Amino acid sequence: MKGLKTYPKGGVHPPDRKGSSSDKPIKNALIPQTLVIPLSQHLGKPADLAVEVGDEVREGMLLGKSSGFISAPVHSPVPGKVKEIKDVYLPNGIKTKAVVIEMEGEFDRSGKEQQRREWKHMSAKELLEIITENGIVGLGGATFPTNVKLSIPKGKKAELFVVNGVECEPYLTIDHRLMLEKTDELLEGVEIIDKILAPERMAIAIEENKPDAIQLMEEKIAAKGLNIEVIPLKLKYPQGDEKLVLKAITGAEVPSGGLPIDIGAVVSNAGTVYSIYEAVVFNKPLIERFVTVSGGAIKDPANLKVRVGTPIGDLIEECGGFTEVPAKIVVGGPMTGFTVYDLDTPVIKGTSGVLALTAKEVKSAGRTNCISCGRCIQVCPMGLNPTTLFKKVDHLEYDEAVDLGLNDCRECGSCGYVCPAHIPLVQGIKLGKRMARKKKG
Amino acid sequence: MEEKTMRLVEPAPQIHHRDSTAKIMWTVVLCLVPAGMWGVYVFGPRVLAVLGVSVLSAVAAEYAMTKFLGKELTIQDGSAFLTGLLIGYNLPPSIPYFIPVLASFFAILIVKWTFGGLGQNWMNPALAGRVFVFFSWTGHMTNWSMPGTMDAVDTVSSASVLGYLKTGLLDYTGSEGGPMAFLRKAGYPQSSMDIQVTEWLRGVFGDGVAGGYWDLFAGNIPGCIGEISALLLILGAAYLFYRKIITWQIPVAYIVSFSLLIWIFGGLRYNAGYFHGNVLFHMLSGGLMLGVFYMATDMVTSPLNGRGMLIFGAGAGFLTFLIRIYGSFPEGVSLAIILMNIFVPMINRYTQVKRFGITEEKGKAA
Repeated sequence: MKGLKTYPKGGVHPPDRKGSSSDKPIKNALIPQTLVIPLSQHLGKPADLAVEVGDEVREGMLLGKSSGFISAPVHSPVPGKVKEIKDVYLPNGIKTKAVVIEMEGEFDRSGKEQQRREWKHMSAKELLEIITENGIVGLGGATFPTNVKLSIPKGKKAELFVVNGVECEPYLTIDHRLMLEKTDELLEGVEIIDKILAPERMAIAIEENKPDAIQLMEEKIAAKGLNIEVIPLKLKYPQGDEKLVLKAITGAEVPSGGLPIDIGAVVSNAGTVYSIYEAVVFNKPLIERFVTVSGGAIKDPANLKVRVGTPIGDLIEECGGFTEVPAKIVVGGPMTGFTVYDLDTPVIKGTSGVLALTAKEVKSAGRTNCISCGRCIQVCPMGLNPTTLFKKVDHLEYDEAVDLGLNDCRECGSCGYVCPAHIPLVQGIKLGKRMARKKKG
Repeated sequence: MEEKTMRLVEPAPQIHHRDSTAKIMWTVVLCLVPAGMWGVYVFGPRVLAVLGVSVLSAVAAEYAMTKFLGKELTIQDGSAFLTGLLIGYNLPPSIPYFIPVLASFFAILIVKWTFGGLGQNWMNPALAGRVFVFFSWTGHMTNWSMPGTMDAVDTVSSASVLGYLKTGLLDYTGSEGGPMAFLRKAGYPQSSMDIQVTEWLRGVFGDGVAGGYWDLFAGNIPGCIGEISALLLILGAAYLFYRKIITWQIPVAYIVSFSLLIWIFGGLRYNAGYFHGNVLFHMLSGGLMLGVFYMATDMVTSPLNGRGMLIFGAGAGFLTFLIRIYGSFPEGVSLAIILMNIFVPMINRYTQVKRFGITEEKGKAA
């Protein structure tokens, strides 16, 4: 497709490898006997523990209460008993408290007819409350509490709402499947958000590699007579980043250090919109999410609906296990995701994919000195100079790095992907951000 | 689940583009091979030994340096090999063997490793090595041989095209229309192949086609081992463009600025007036093609951004013109590039990319 919109500067084209799972309908994953539910599955403060060992819990019951403005509650994905409270490591390596639940008893909602809630007469405030209580967070990976995002600060106005169906990470196909299989639900979710934000313009952004989703969305929107634009975008990683998807659609740039609302826009991932729909229409907390299980070492790649707290090893087993010894197990997409060693690592709210990659897929040469090829600068969509930032951080010159835009880095991984010297640029920048914050106190 | 042995834990991104430092270096080496083979073909097997000596000395120096400093071995990354090869390409065919050795040692030990090895040097090591031996042993460095493809002429000693011009023009007052006419009139040799090609071209394009250009283009001229065949150098460069190892900015800016200046001022020396310079002649003679595509584009010693590369290329073109036409050396490419190397940090500073979400007027967050 020609003449499609995209953001102007930078970006990369990694092999997309979505083919092995893009035509697999979403299946319900098996529910394991034991689930591990971390209390910190979102950006911000971890939830406060609300149960004790030995407590009986029901499906969807509160396990952890929201502990501040930027926080989110955590609910039990299954009925059962609290077996243990223990420390676990999240895929990103951060240690957090988790509730271990042994499944037993009867499910309150799964397999049962759910009653619809009529929401059209409800106020924005009431709807936001439902979203808050149900622990909805951004499912694109950043897991920012959705209620905070949808609460527009005084003096600002959301003129544009964008459903982010870009899904630019290689391998991942879950948003694609969601748009194909849950189109009506998604569109109802958009209507709910319309009620909350009352924006002038609403749009769904989809990259050109999902023509079936673009077409279906257009048809359904026309059939329902909704005022939502479908905007096909040119294929380019990392277009799914909210700042870049907005640049692609509107041409406007979110100011450095700012948020989309600073240019009057709100962006939500397609999966998040679906969760909002479930929370509002069926009062369902975020206890399940969609996960793509893929990669060259997975026998039967699939798109699964998974209970939060399910060990990733169970999902791999459900997909036929490994075809060969994987070189890396990745949670998330290959460009921004984390490698994990432990197959007992649980799926959390932010887990969009579980990938088992072969040695061939992750092949990379050894590290050398920087040869100043400038490729990292060419591909940086934020106009940064990753190699210089890395050197500044390496020399402990955090203030200089911040002046050069350290905190503008979206951590998309484009620079690290192209670097012929295989310098861990993103890792260095992330470290720099942490150290600069620490230094500031 | 079993078999936990192979699992790597690494920071994102988990996948990588296929290019690596070594792949880039070896690809450049590969693209240089045809032009070198042409050199061996026209100057005889001795030049193969010269190339071998310069490459071996460079690699040996690199090896010794890493051993001495207790660093990881770096000879496999191809950068020392490439430096040695480029030094060899920049030497006349009859050069005594000690010169490539000294040039390579100087390049690797002094220019590259005193700053910390690969990527840390601010001057192109191969060019620095060449310039070092050029000023130290100017006689050896300007002792040219006629290529074997040039039939029935003395192949032992002769002047390079540009050297011949430089000397010939010293007390020149006539008006010849340009360098090519000057060479023809002075009886500079022309290969039979060139005569045939020119004849054929005249058949197609008319009688206006001048002779001698095929010799320049194909490499039937005296010159440094690897610089003479513009044709093969351009072929190799085409592959480097295709593989995106070199970008268009430096070569284009270099050629455009050099050509423009030659076009405007190049005719003055022949009393032909402004805008009568012979661009094609100057593009194809001397080390311009080797310099433009393989040395000015050296990633380490050229600017980081496109805009900086344009400035760098334009500057190198200007300096090459200045040295070649008004300086006392016939050539100028090597000096022009290493002079521009000095400006790279400054160019980088003033050509930073516009950052996302920063408005120009305020210079900070909008």
